[in-house]
Amino acid sequence: MSKFKLVLAPVGNLLKKLFVRLGILPFLVVIAVVVFALISDNFLTGRNLTNVLRQSVYLTIVSLGQMFALLTGGFDLSVGTVLALSSVVGATVMATVYAAMPDAVVLAISLGVLAGVVAGTLIGVVNAIGIAFANVSPFMMSLGMASVGFGIALYMTGGVPVYGMPVEFGDVFGFGSWLGVPTPIWVAAVLMAALSVLLYRTRYGRYFYAVGGNAKAASLSGINVRAMLFATYVLCAAMAAVAGILLTARLDTGEANIGASMPLESIAACVIAGVSLRGGIGRLENVVLGALFIGLINNGMNLARIESYLQTVVLGALLILAVVADQVRLRVVTNLKY
Amino acid sequence: MTTPAPLLSAKSLTKDYQSLRALDAVDFDLRAGEVHVLFGENGAGKSTLISILAGATRPTSGSIKMKDKEISLASVHDARQLGISAVFQEFSLIPQMTVEENLFLGAEHTRHCLLDKGSMHCEALELLGDLGFELRPNQRVDRLTRAQQQMVEIAKAFRDELTVLILDEPTASLTEHETELLFTLIRELTARGVGIVYITHRIAEIRHIGTRITILRDGRYVAVLPVEDADDDTLVRLMTGREVGKIFPEIVPGPAVEDILILDHVTTAQGQVLDVSMSVRKGEIVGLAGLMGSGKSEIMQAAFGALPIAHGRVIYRGEDVTGQSPAKAIRRGFLYLPADRKGDGLMMMRPARENISLSALDDAAFRSGIFMDRSAEKRRAAELARQLNLSPNQPEHIIEHFSGGNQQKVMLARSLTRNFELIVFDEPTVGVDVGTRAVIYQFIAELTEAGKTVVIVSSELPEILHMSTRAYVFHRGRVQAELSRDELSEESVLAHFFERNAA
Repeated sequence: MSKFKLVLAPVGNLLKKLFVRLGILPFLVVIAVVVFALISDNFLTGRNLTNVLRQSVYLTIVSLGQMFALLTGGFDLSVGTVLALSSVVGATVMATVYAAMPDAVVLAISLGVLAGVVAGTLIGVVNAIGIAFANVSPFMMSLGMASVGFGIALYMTGGVPVYGMPVEFGDVFGFGSWLGVPTPIWVAAVLMAALSVLLYRTRYGRYFYAVGGNAKAASLSGINVRAMLFATYVLCAAMAAVAGILLTARLDTGEANIGASMPLESIAACVIAGVSLRGGIGRLENVVLGALFIGLINNGMNLARIESYLQTVVLGALLILAVVADQVRLRVVTNLKY
Repeated sequence: MTTPAPLLSAKSLTKDYQSLRALDAVDFDLRAGEVHVLFGENGAGKSTLISILAGATRPTSGSIKMKDKEISLASVHDARQLGISAVFQEFSLIPQMTVEENLFLGAEHTRHCLLDKGSMHCEALELLGDLGFELRPNQRVDRLTRAQQQMVEIAKAFRDELTVLILDEPTASLTEHETELLFTLIRELTARGVGIVYITHRIAEIRHIGTRITILRDGRYVAVLPVEDADDDTLVRLMTGREVGKIFPEIVPGPAVEDILILDHVTTAQGQVLDVSMSVRKGEIVGLAGLMGSGKSEIMQAAFGALPIAHGRVIYRGEDVTGQSPAKAIRRGFLYLPADRKGDGLMMMRPARENISLSALDDAAFRSGIFMDRSAEKRRAAELARQLNLSPNQPEHIIEHFSGGNQQKVMLARSLTRNFELIVFDEPTVGVDVGTRAVIYQFIAELTEAGKTVVIVSSELPEILHMSTRAYVFHRGRVQAELSRDELSEESVLAHFFERNAA
């Protein structure tokens, strides 16, 4: 018994230190992997894990954008709408151009992608104007825009999916791969690299943290807080718009209903990864892990044949668990101090 | 001199927090009708003492007597039953509620389980009337000024019979006019025989309303003396245990000829500053004195670009920079360091290093092309941390985990991150212990020796008197007086502080 304790005590201490340092995410990942591996033989196969990666790409990209909103002390509830609008607009433009000029495949795809990204980003521009210049709270502004954008997407399509895009679009951006790695993963990897350079290597990255850390101090230190907020919401929407286009390629249709779970899931991915809801704290690589974790959970629950309605319950519960764990962590940190 | 029996007397009060002795066998007594000032540095034990007297903390040992009867204060409620009430710096008011709802919070009148609003309203009116407060019971507390809120807090104290009132730095955030109101009230209370325990850091205030002063240091009782015997030097010596000269460095005024900043009839958009003209010359340390809300801080914020200007011009190094943004000001070599480091100055959850470099990241020294030069940043932050004696010397630690004095050092370090010519320190030593103050004063002196120009905005009179080579006294948004180094004395500055009172 006492021998057992001797072995366990340092392990417990180590776990405590890991928890303080890394937060709850690594523990959740380990638990999830063990549980799902026990439930399903297929879970720990290379094929399935690549699948998880590919399925998580869209959420990862959206979460990267969402992270910037959280860093500056706000959040963006309109990411789902941005996804829908970019999908619908992109698909419509692409299908129209393709129908008019069946030979100009590249032109149709380029115009469609451009139109989709621009349309989605415009939602972000409106958010940004409201939040940075009219001092509307990010909550109200993005909630309002979520309704506006969703309404526009439904109105444009009458609620019906948009078909008629060139097959090459889906072949390349949805199902294509390069050097054995699926295209969407490449896109996500490039965006990740670009954003981490922005965040960690340029002073503008530091300014996002500063605005969320203390906007008044940032302003008195010569940082243009409004400009940073503006950039935040445009960037966040642009990321969601790219995700929307990629998802459209995967589904081969433009749909107004594709982003419904995105606001919750992207905020969950960030919070589970330790991004502070009060702003000023969070790391990009952790957010990627957070998004992958949610993908892992979804995949595992599918393999375990858990009903999709129940999956929503699990996800919400995990989000709350993550926030509670963060509070516990803060307490442990304070205790360690004294 | 006859000594009446004390209203409240404490014998050898001691309070231990684990290994730390916050209060060490302190004696204290309060007479009816006096304002007894508690004076000491941060951490001297003032807060612990009043917290025990108010029933919020139980002493480890020692006894308290009220009119020669031993009492035990187990809770704030107990203390209030005995007529001892405290108004702490943090108000215990609910901003969204009305005055009357706040007055009866936790002691609501009820009839058959329902609120008896009528009787509460009547009693509130009576209470406010008795005290002579011009407050309506149905006003919402968040619409009141800070002084009015304080009145509500005091009125709350009066809900029960009041014999002892404890005020913890009551004027810290009051405007001058509000301060006068509070002083009038205090005089009325003492005339009725209420004993007042008063904590303040402002020597001017002590002289204004104090009767006796108890000085604490490091949790120990040092001395009690009547206010007439307490000159500045004595007070500071007793408080810090060292001579005043040891805290303040020698300031050698250089030949100040060339103007660096000229303010020409400046009025701010919200009227905190009215038609102010002043100038700062190269190499000077200009002190701006005055009470809270006198405009001394706002004029510098306006010059820096943090407050909008309605009329007038700001001329910096011969260039009209009226209405510049803080970003432009910083690029021109003009830095303003705010008084409220937590609220306006620091990112509490970020490392010291990031807080130090924040206002210089666009400077060539911290950049290589469009990228940050992170190793240069690390190097510079470490250098500055060492220079300012940051303790613990860990630039990567989160700011929140540093003491107030060290947080202040981190903010002050910003003034050396790029080539600033003019640096404004707004209350540079607020909430900072004496050891750190000495470091900060030395730091400011060294800045001027290196050819920088400094403006010190301060409510601490000794700071203005010892540090500045020239000073302006502000009063209700205007410059009341300009004093040269030779004219600077406590009397000359104070005369302009409270001119309206004297008149």
